[in-house]
Amino acid sequence: MSKALQITNLSKTYGNGFTALKGVSLSVEKGDFFALLGANGAGKSTMIGIISSLVNKTSGEVNIHGFDLDTQRSEAKAMIGLVPQEFNFNVFEPVEEILLNQAGYYGVGRSEAKVRAKQLLEQLELWDKRKNMASELSGGMKRRLMIARALIHRPQLLILDEPTAGVDIEIRRSMWDFLKKLNEAGITIILTTHYLEEAENLCRNIAIINKGDIVENTSMKALLSHLQTETFILDLKEPLDALPETDEFILRQIDASTLEVELNKDHSINRIFEVLNTHGIRVSSLRNKTNRLEELFIELVQQSNHDTTQEVSA
Amino acid sequence: MTLTDQMTALKTILIKEVLRFSRIWVQTILPPAITMALYFVIFGKLIGSAIDTSATDGYSYIDYIVPGLIMMSVITNSYSNVVSSFYSAKYQGHIQELLVSPTPNTIILIGFIGGGVIRGLMVGAIVTLVSLFFTDMDVQHPFLTVITLFLTSVLFATAGLINAVYAKSFDDISIVPVFVLTPLTYLGGVFYSIKLLSPFWQTMSLVNPVLYMVNGFRYGILGVSDISIYISLAIILIFIVILFSIAYFLLDKGVGIRS
Repeated sequence: MSKALQITNLSKTYGNGFTALKGVSLSVEKGDFFALLGANGAGKSTMIGIISSLVNKTSGEVNIHGFDLDTQRSEAKAMIGLVPQEFNFNVFEPVEEILLNQAGYYGVGRSEAKVRAKQLLEQLELWDKRKNMASELSGGMKRRLMIARALIHRPQLLILDEPTAGVDIEIRRSMWDFLKKLNEAGITIILTTHYLEEAENLCRNIAIINKGDIVENTSMKALLSHLQTETFILDLKEPLDALPETDEFILRQIDASTLEVELNKDHSINRIFEVLNTHGIRVSSLRNKTNRLEELFIELVQQSNHDTTQEVSA
Repeated sequence: MTLTDQMTALKTILIKEVLRFSRIWVQTILPPAITMALYFVIFGKLIGSAIDTSATDGYSYIDYIVPGLIMMSVITNSYSNVVSSFYSAKYQGHIQELLVSPTPNTIILIGFIGGGVIRGLMVGAIVTLVSLFFTDMDVQHPFLTVITLFLTSVLFATAGLINAVYAKSFDDISIVPVFVLTPLTYLGGVFYSIKLLSPFWQTMSLVNPVLYMVNGFRYGILGVSDISIYISLAIILIFIVILFSIAYFLLDKGVGIRS
């Protein structure tokens, strides 16, 4: 059975000599919710650009739902919906017109496009703005407009390049719900984001790209299981005079009523409370110090950078 | 993409283009009508009445320059519509809406060129109507008149697209119209017959492609021309084939629009 996306030995060297992708191979199953993570300049947007025909590849193959991007370009393109990082619609066009035009470019007639546009604009809470010029929309509305535009031709693979950048928390959560529903309906989603909490919440599989190479490609669950320790911040009910002694986990005092606890993944979080309780320390709240995926992401990227440096030195 | 889908895509681009220049009609449709009315008054009536008809194949000066002025407005508007529309699409990034879609490059090309042609012919029609306030027009060869106007519009719309592909700033889209298009049009026999020039400059004028278009159109309306109508049409067609091939090649390679 064909994959939603199959990339083989994909390379891109720009005219200025910069190599953004170094023979990358990657596959995404149909129906997956896939995270593509990487620092700025890692090669994510180049990869997405090539998949969506906005960037010319240097070499390699891209196959979308069984269609080769070189030899079956039209069929392959029809499978993809793209939500790019930058706003790229005509700001002097009305919202509904932008959707109708995009539908037309995929061969969807005006009357059918109007039905679809109404449905999408209502779902994304933009129906009231349909006659407004795109320039009059807020940042969050513009992001939602790009999602609606990407879906107007009913693609099988939706690619979102940092879709929630600059969007407030409330709208971000509602966009997550919308994307989850799309994925449940069978649309494969590839997401790049700098909010690692977003990737952890939404995605089942993940690839991490660094300096044009894939440094990790696995399931979210498997990746998170690599985490050996987890760090929590505890807010205490009363100020603490002295740290209790324990060798089960590492305790650090941040200030009078805040503790940092580093816990090995073999230990249960319950033990923290049991130990603190025996010392009469009462906890009012607990939270992760950093997002778990964030810790792993930094670790993997640093490891990859270290390996590259060693190769160069050798 | 089926042929029906391609026709839907083409219709979409054409509607989008027409809506674009219609929304800003004060900038796109009105100015040529006013400018040409001034040409008709000043050159046609005031100065033209003092010009001997022997210099204009026996026609009054205003009758002689009307075809050239209509052609000039068609050339300018066909060109500027495509160059500004395509460059804006590049600049704002919404050309990507088309690039990610399955719409073939030929349809994208025909769509943008078609938009330029529609504006060019619309402005041409308005200028023709304005000219009727100043002169009676008795069209000698209606079919040749329309076909010359249409093909010239196609030619300059295509040239506008090539300009837009290479343009990197808004300055770049005004350089060609100001420093190339306007001189070629003014020196292309809009206001005079090349028979008035010395043999050397008559020969030099033959290098100017606009001369063939203006004379072809003048032949269609007045029945007189410095150039054979067949040569005029052949030259226009050759230029269209060359420019369309270049434009297709540039779009296919993604020059200026894909990294």
